[in-house]
Amino acid sequence: MTAILEAQNLVKHYGDVRAVTGISFSIAAGEIFSLLGPNGAGKSTTIAMLSTLYAPTSGDALIGGHSVTRAPMQVRGLIGVVPQDLALYEDLTARENLTFWGQMYGMAGGALKRRSDEVLAQIGLTDKANKPVKTFSGGMKRRVNIGVGLLHKPQLLFMDEPTVGIDPQSRRAILDMVKDLNRQGMSVLYTTHYMEEAAELSDRVGIIDHGQLIALGTQAELTQQVGGHDTLRLHVGEDQNAERLAEALRGLPGVIQASATDHEVAVIVPEAADALAPIVAKAGEAGLKIKSVDIEEPNLEAVFLHLTGRALRD
Amino acid sequence: MRKILLIGFKDVTLAFRDRAALILMLAAPFVLTLGLGMVTGRFSGNSTSGVSDIPVVVVNQDAGDLGQALVDVLNSADLADLLAPTAAGDSAAARQAVDADEAAIAVIIPAGFTDSIIPPQGAAAADAVQIELYVNPTRPTSAGVVQAVVDEYLSRVEVGRVAGTVAVTQLVASGRIAPQAAAAAGQELGQRQAAEAAAPIRLQASTAGQAAQRFDVLAYLAPGMALMFLMYTVANGGRSLLTERAQGTLPRLLVSPTATAQVLAGKVFGIFLTGVAQMTILIAGSTLLFNLQWGDPLAVAALVGAAVVGATGWGLLITAIAKSPSQVSSLGSAIMLTFGILGGSFISLSTLPAWVQAISKITPNAWGLEGFTALALGGGLPEVALPIAALLVMGAVLFGAAVLLFNRQGLVQR
Repeated sequence: MTAILEAQNLVKHYGDVRAVTGISFSIAAGEIFSLLGPNGAGKSTTIAMLSTLYAPTSGDALIGGHSVTRAPMQVRGLIGVVPQDLALYEDLTARENLTFWGQMYGMAGGALKRRSDEVLAQIGLTDKANKPVKTFSGGMKRRVNIGVGLLHKPQLLFMDEPTVGIDPQSRRAILDMVKDLNRQGMSVLYTTHYMEEAAELSDRVGIIDHGQLIALGTQAELTQQVGGHDTLRLHVGEDQNAERLAEALRGLPGVIQASATDHEVAVIVPEAADALAPIVAKAGEAGLKIKSVDIEEPNLEAVFLHLTGRALRD
Repeated sequence: MRKILLIGFKDVTLAFRDRAALILMLAAPFVLTLGLGMVTGRFSGNSTSGVSDIPVVVVNQDAGDLGQALVDVLNSADLADLLAPTAAGDSAAARQAVDADEAAIAVIIPAGFTDSIIPPQGAAAADAVQIELYVNPTRPTSAGVVQAVVDEYLSRVEVGRVAGTVAVTQLVASGRIAPQAAAAAGQELGQRQAAEAAAPIRLQASTAGQAAQRFDVLAYLAPGMALMFLMYTVANGGRSLLTERAQGTLPRLLVSPTATAQVLAGKVFGIFLTGVAQMTILIAGSTLLFNLQWGDPLAVAALVGAAVVGATGWGLLITAIAKSPSQVSSLGSAIMLTFGILGGSFISLSTLPAWVQAISKITPNAWGLEGFTALALGGGLPEVALPIAALLVMGAVLFGAAVLLFNRQGLVQR
């Protein structure tokens, strides 16, 4: 399939800080591609370079055959961007926002009005079209933020963590919208640190950490990297030291990896059923009490844990 | 070009939807103009244009010609538009009228006023008596006008008295009249001078080579306040650039098919348009509410445009120097007040030292006020050509400096 995007060894340094240290990947036309990684991994910087906002320190990317460094204006006409933070004029109404941003993409007149109506319906805000955005809830603002990005029907839509800080209902609506846009033929580059979102949406996933792409493939291909191992999530009380429990478990036979976050320890084991009893016993020996245990089949979080030794939420 | 206009119009819309900004852009200049107008007595009486129909209470206790002559001056047809004199029976009633704010001033001519200047025949020179002016402190401008009329009258009387004394002395010395006839001659001359002193007195403000024009104090105050708060508007407009950067709409604009130069030009156009809209509303409002005459409309429009260009230059420079929207607000407020004082928005520049007047030329306020004052005095485009040119040059130079700084920093981190 034709690639809509080809990133070629993109590098971005801010002085001594190496935000992105050489990323290459491609997105096929009609594909949803997710960049999965923790906060500060370099996802937003990658999108900023691909959307022509920041010039790469080195490397390049082609979007629709146009270079982001040499032909930025052509690239901008092909892409839509949904930034992580809301980028709207809160004193303008939802419709006024859509109209203004549509005009910035060269839209005008009846076509713009019709398209604004379509987008308002798509984001479920037709009845609130003439209300100032500042009166909206966080989820409604997020939806307008997305609406602005897709108004001009871009070939490739960049969505940078579009569900951060919103309620589950709004998140569900946004994920459904992304799938719907993709069904209509729009290619999507979606960044997130939520494994579940990447798993639900993506045809392929790139796992990014410390500015590097450390894994790339379909979900099945990536989970194979952890060898079909299970993940046990051990929940401990607030008075318990999760890091001490992880440390105690690391030496236990059969434990491939153990990582602590807040009041939870993620443990990768070959077979959950066999490992559970020794783990509980070891915790008891260490004087630590496990409140509950979740058992997960191999997933992207386990892949990240396997590759980095850290949980995605670190 | 279309995108520049669209960005500019969007900024004007946002500026006029910001209630806090509206208070400072429109309400504050009106309220301050109104307040200062009241303090200066601009709204005393039923004025329709400038200072007129000043209520004056006159008490004439003098039995001689000179007291009556002053009453005649105050009631003369030439001052009929300016003064509205009424007679009072005694000084207490006159003072009471002033205390009750029924009059701007009481003119009390004491008994023996004429005799103190022209002693009766055969009488010794009387002790000097003075005309009392009892002033209403809430109407200083109106009272000042009446005081000027009385001063002018007294000046004429004094000139006549001295001339009469000299004339009589010379007549006696030359032997043309006998010394015993000197008193009669002196009194006759005095009466003639009283008649001359009562000749019409006119108050005029004029500029060289022009017809006399009455000057309205509001024609100085209103543009002074408008120009001062124009500085707030341009700083607020510049602030919007940094606000857009912080809230993410500027990066979003820069990833749309819109050139950086278009975005910057659109923002500048927005500041300019908001400033012009503010000045237009203030001018229209003061014309309707205060019946203020700003002068030749074409010249006023040209001067407003130039003043906004000059002020916009400052707004952009502040924005380029500041690192955050809050810094622009702080710097903008400081510059607004400093320029207001330095540029003559509060105190007439002519009363300030020469070095302050020289420094004031860096402010749009000073040039703007110079232009608006010239227009209020009946000037036209030729009279405001210099202020307009100075403001345009100021705007261009500051805009250039701001662009250099923006280029060095980048509109967003890159």
